Amino acid sequence: MSDMIQVTSSPHIYSGKSVKGIMWAVILALIPTGLWGIWAFGPKALYLIAASVITCVLTEAAILKLRKKPVPINDASACLTGLLLAYNVSPDLPIWAICIGAFFAIAVAKQAFGGLGRNIFNPALAGRAFLMASWPTYMVTFKNPRWQVDALTSATPLTNIKHDFGFPIPSYLDLLIGNRGGCIGEVCIAALLVGAVYLLYKKYIEFRIPLSYMGTVALLSWAFMGDRLFNGDWLFYILSGGLILGAFYMATDYVTSPITKNGKVIFGILCGVLTFAIRKWGGYPEGVCYSILIMNAAVPLIERHTRPKRFGGK
Amino acid sequence: MLKKTFPGGVHPACCKDLSKDSQVRPLALPSQVIIPLVQHIGAPCMAIVKPGDYVKTGTLIAQSEKFISAPIHSSVSGTVKAIKKSSHPVLGYCEAVIIDSDQRDEKEYSQNASQINFESLTSEAIREKVKSAGIVGMGGAAFPTHVKLSPPKDKIIDTFILNGAECEPYLTCDDRLMQEKPQEIIKGMLLLMKVIGIKSGIIAIENNKPAAIKAMRSGIANLRHETCSLQLVTLPTKYPQGGEKQLIEALTGREVPPLKLPFDVGCLVDNVQTAYAIYEAVYLNKPLFERVVTVTGDAINKPSNLLVRIGAPVSSLINECGGVKGKLGKLIIGGPMMGIAQYADDIPIIKGVSGVLLLSKKYSDFGKEQYCIRCGKCKQSCPVKLIPTEIAKAAEYGRFEIATMLNAADCIECGCCSYVCPSNIPLVQLIKYAKRAITCQI
Repeated sequence: MSDMIQVTSSPHIYSGKSVKGIMWAVILALIPTGLWGIWAFGPKALYLIAASVITCVLTEAAILKLRKKPVPINDASACLTGLLLAYNVSPDLPIWAICIGAFFAIAVAKQAFGGLGRNIFNPALAGRAFLMASWPTYMVTFKNPRWQVDALTSATPLTNIKHDFGFPIPSYLDLLIGNRGGCIGEVCIAALLVGAVYLLYKKYIEFRIPLSYMGTVALLSWAFMGDRLFNGDWLFYILSGGLILGAFYMATDYVTSPITKNGKVIFGILCGVLTFAIRKWGGYPEGVCYSILIMNAAVPLIERHTRPKRFGGK
Repeated sequence: MLKKTFPGGVHPACCKDLSKDSQVRPLALPSQVIIPLVQHIGAPCMAIVKPGDYVKTGTLIAQSEKFISAPIHSSVSGTVKAIKKSSHPVLGYCEAVIIDSDQRDEKEYSQNASQINFESLTSEAIREKVKSAGIVGMGGAAFPTHVKLSPPKDKIIDTFILNGAECEPYLTCDDRLMQEKPQEIIKGMLLLMKVIGIKSGIIAIENNKPAAIKAMRSGIANLRHETCSLQLVTLPTKYPQGGEKQLIEALTGREVPPLKLPFDVGCLVDNVQTAYAIYEAVYLNKPLFERVVTVTGDAINKPSNLLVRIGAPVSSLINECGGVKGKLGKLIIGGPMMGIAQYADDIPIIKGVSGVLLLSKKYSDFGKEQYCIRCGKCKQSCPVKLIPTEIAKAAEYGRFEIATMLNAADCIECGCCSYVCPSNIPLVQLIKYAKRAITCQI
């Protein structure tokens, strides 16, 4: 017993899970859909992703340095924000624009609120909303996959439906594999689902938010998006647009979603209602981004009213 | 059928393989024992011997007139050397009777197993025996058992639960005892049920102890117990299943209300070693002066289960198990989830100690604490429905009124929240701090 022994309060063993590990797992889950985006829309997509990630990581490091905080090495959280922002923009966006968006996401939406864990709004979505407000034309100009005839400019299936452009509507199969125009990371539903299953299996995300979110959109679309009541093509509204990406990867963001079980369900349902409302009556064809951002602000309120019943209490 | 368990909890690596095959063997009589006067929850005992007195094994050496207390007996025969402040595994320091052993192990009591007739025993007689033998809850809390056996008259208790869950990783003492003494444990259990007049008894064991399950099952089959129904329930392995409230919830679906006790939901829970001690007290006339302790961890040469006299210094257990292996990082009394880290190895084994855990330096490595990312893992793992991160934050900022509002008092200090936290926040540690602060009205 000549050695020094350590005295601490229990517990003395830990699960070994780390924030970094969770973030890397989400990044891993997001890689397949990104690969599809790069393959379908060409190298420009890769440049956008790289620019976004690099800007986020550098901005984070610079601000932490300014705040005299330790700068983490291979910080996955800024990397994830960069990745998600790039996945949420058109493959035709200028590189400088995404750099500004990425800077906004980290500097304003994340660090100005105090950094990781303290932000109210999802940084990637805040960055996207900022770009949408600043350069809307760039943000709504999309490309079709490069093998399609009119590959240069196109509308997403949702824009097409909303404004009655009369382009052919992609089949479910095309929607599933991502053979359509849209944001870099949102088109390949199959790849997104593979990643989502991985995250659910590893228990990094919970089913409550995605399920209640998508379920609400499906229900409302079926009821009100058809030519008459209860005749809507709900599957189309699930598969097109950014719903899958939003529901599994952004609405589930730990920091900006409720902790409580019922809170998660309410959060998901209200996200769904807002998404539907924006798609149906709003000025934009897609409402996932704004729905989640609006609901981010409501999280403290939701949590206050969904506290778990006390153990053994009435 | 749905697997019976409780919501929340965690699945740490069991690490029970280290010691689960080691048969219980008695530790050689220590040359000196340090017997603290506080070994239970409740009023401290007063020594009734003085330095120079000769005592036998089982001689009453300390007692209290208070109801919530348990008398203490000598664990060796020999001479009282001193009554002085000594180190204590839970309290740090405590008044203790120090006895030099004469190695003769002369018994104060006579074993009269044959004279006991189960049918003719009265509740009062058993309860009195339990009290005078100094029996306390041996799962760790060390609450005087005779108090538990005296519930208010208006409480109807219908279920007895024998706690053989042993959910703490590493520990195997209950597992071994169930394998080696199933009949005796069940006899003790029947005595407990008889005191209260409970007809239905459940033996709860986690499914990582198949040998104990088998032994207890045949134990039930071999004993005639027409008046009571005994049932063995196998629970999925999950920590903290052996927590009293969690075990009741897992088996009966009843939640013990805040600040209430198991008898408020009609249950009585006792640990297998407690039942065994009661068997020994009633059938063998033997007071509680020894218990089975698991000595284990990755920093001990020969992990073992030992039958240890109360008051034996931890160093003698470590020696018996081949000494420290490599560099010792932590010496823990109890299991890795709720055990208490010690400064030195001169502390004595007391009635509530189920394990001595020696961990190497690699367990001293903590990740750096980060800000909470609200992942909710602590909430999901909390067996009593708290949101640990919120209480911890309130505690960190000294806002104890908020901690109170968030029901910090309900915390059972199981440590699941700290175990799962990916940000390495000392959640349960902060909540414990808040609880102490609230009780002390800081």
